[in-house]
Amino acid sequence: MRPGLLLALLLLAGAIGVLAGVATGSTGWASLQDEGMSLILWEIRLPRSLGAWCAGALLGMAGAMAQGLFRNPLADPYLLGSASGAQLAVAIALAFTGVSAQNSSLLAHVGLTGIAFVGTLAGVGLTLVLARGVEQTLRLLLAGVVVGVVLNALTNLATLWSPDILRAMQAFLLGNTGLLGWNSVSVMAASAIAALLIGLVASPALDALTLGEATATSLGVRLSLVRLLLIFAFALSTGAAVAQTGIVAFVGLVSPHLVRTFCATLHSWLILLSAAAGGALLLAADVIARAVIRPQELPVGLVTALVGGVYLLVLMHRRGAPKR
Amino acid sequence: MSTALHARIARVRIDGRDLISDIDLAIPQGRWTAIVGPNGAGKSTLLRAAAGLQRCDGAMTLAERPLQDWPARERARQLAWMGQQESGADDLTALDVVLLGRLPHRPWLAPPTVADRAAVQAAMQATQSWAWRDRRLGSLSGGERQRVLLARALAVQAPLTLMDEPLAHLDPPHQAEWMALVRARVAAGHSVVSVLHELHLALQADHLVLMADGRIVHTGSPADTATHEALKRVFGPSLHIAQIEGRWVALPL
Repeated sequence: MRPGLLLALLLLAGAIGVLAGVATGSTGWASLQDEGMSLILWEIRLPRSLGAWCAGALLGMAGAMAQGLFRNPLADPYLLGSASGAQLAVAIALAFTGVSAQNSSLLAHVGLTGIAFVGTLAGVGLTLVLARGVEQTLRLLLAGVVVGVVLNALTNLATLWSPDILRAMQAFLLGNTGLLGWNSVSVMAASAIAALLIGLVASPALDALTLGEATATSLGVRLSLVRLLLIFAFALSTGAAVAQTGIVAFVGLVSPHLVRTFCATLHSWLILLSAAAGGALLLAADVIARAVIRPQELPVGLVTALVGGVYLLVLMHRRGAPKR
Repeated sequence: MSTALHARIARVRIDGRDLISDIDLAIPQGRWTAIVGPNGAGKSTLLRAAAGLQRCDGAMTLAERPLQDWPARERARQLAWMGQQESGADDLTALDVVLLGRLPHRPWLAPPTVADRAAVQAAMQATQSWAWRDRRLGSLSGGERQRVLLARALAVQAPLTLMDEPLAHLDPPHQAEWMALVRARVAAGHSVVSVLHELHLALQADHLVLMADGRIVHTGSPADTATHEALKRVFGPSLHIAQIEGRWVALPL
């Protein structure tokens, strides 16, 4: 399939998702003439749907960049201590402020968002420090694992120490799109554009890296600079998504795979297409999460984990089959 | 005879072990140099270090200028490199992979020009891989893949090309094709260095570098008796070197 066509299809899927997201609610369809209904549509459902799309796009992009940078099809946005950093930051913030379990007030949410974002950057920064720079990919990955394990342990310690944050933590860990407003949408859109630009600038280097680090260097690619740029873009997009929606499983891992099954393409297209695919996936999951047990809703992370897991399994078995 | 690349390497040390040491290697300009030696002799390490792709205790001079003084992209146009069994790139088409060889010639992010496409087509036709340009690299057989990777290195059109075991997975007719390619390059004034396991092919080179235990034990013309003696010393007395139809061949008997 031509990449342009796939992009058009994915964007179309995203647009249909936004329409479905606006139409789906705890009350089902309602008349648009109703004053209260238009407020709900405009101030709650539309930003929520667009926000879910943006978060998915950020994760898809981060996944594509991570898989290219680490030359590993299992790399995902939560590598390098990003997720565990955000998690620990949220846990500490909750433990200290003692926010109630239903911390749905806007102020608390905005505060937590900032803290989660800082936590992501701190987690990735710590990984870089422990790996002593970006010289070696394997060392980076291992340092990321170490940071992940240690920070998770600290998070568990925090929840042990103040058990009443457990519920709020759980809501964060399972992913949640319910609190997205126009603010979140603009923050995520801005991060997405910045990360996309960096990704596109670095994409020829990612293409060269597919043949290995030695070959990429021999082709004149300055690997250290490219790695630094990409890790920045990766942390920015992961941080923005995690801060706004919590930890949504599988979207970042699956999106690049989905794109690759449909077309063999260079990284410039892969990053763009993974963003479109991630957006459509997360939005679809969000609509499903809100529709299945109306008027209640499932955490969207649960839906992506279930659907994404099954999809990856299918993909794995199809890829394992003889190719010709 | 001028020198395309001069490598003086005191040692390459990895995990407390010297992989190669006391290297002084001059690659002659406009010739085909073959590096041979038993497994673990340090051939690949030497090639990587000479190309500046391996951190080492030494100094390399490319076209009379220290290697590290070359700007990255300019150096990439001078020195093409092909690694040993390069893996990955399974999800790129063969054409896109070969186009990577034009990266040093293109302004960053600029689309390939007509000249780039022409160079890629010529390289792929030279290795007979043009037919599967639209296929994913991951769907090719080992030999087909190797020919695409070879085209990738050729597409750089660098005056000096270093290849690590370029003949792996190639069947005898394509090995002969590869030799013809190298001969054409050399006739055009380019220099080619290849690490080879195929002794009978290495004996067709212009210049032979023999390695053992991380050192260069002999350099010379493949037709010299001294070279034959050195080969027998390194590979053991069971190696027989004889002339068939004017060409030197080596057979383990």
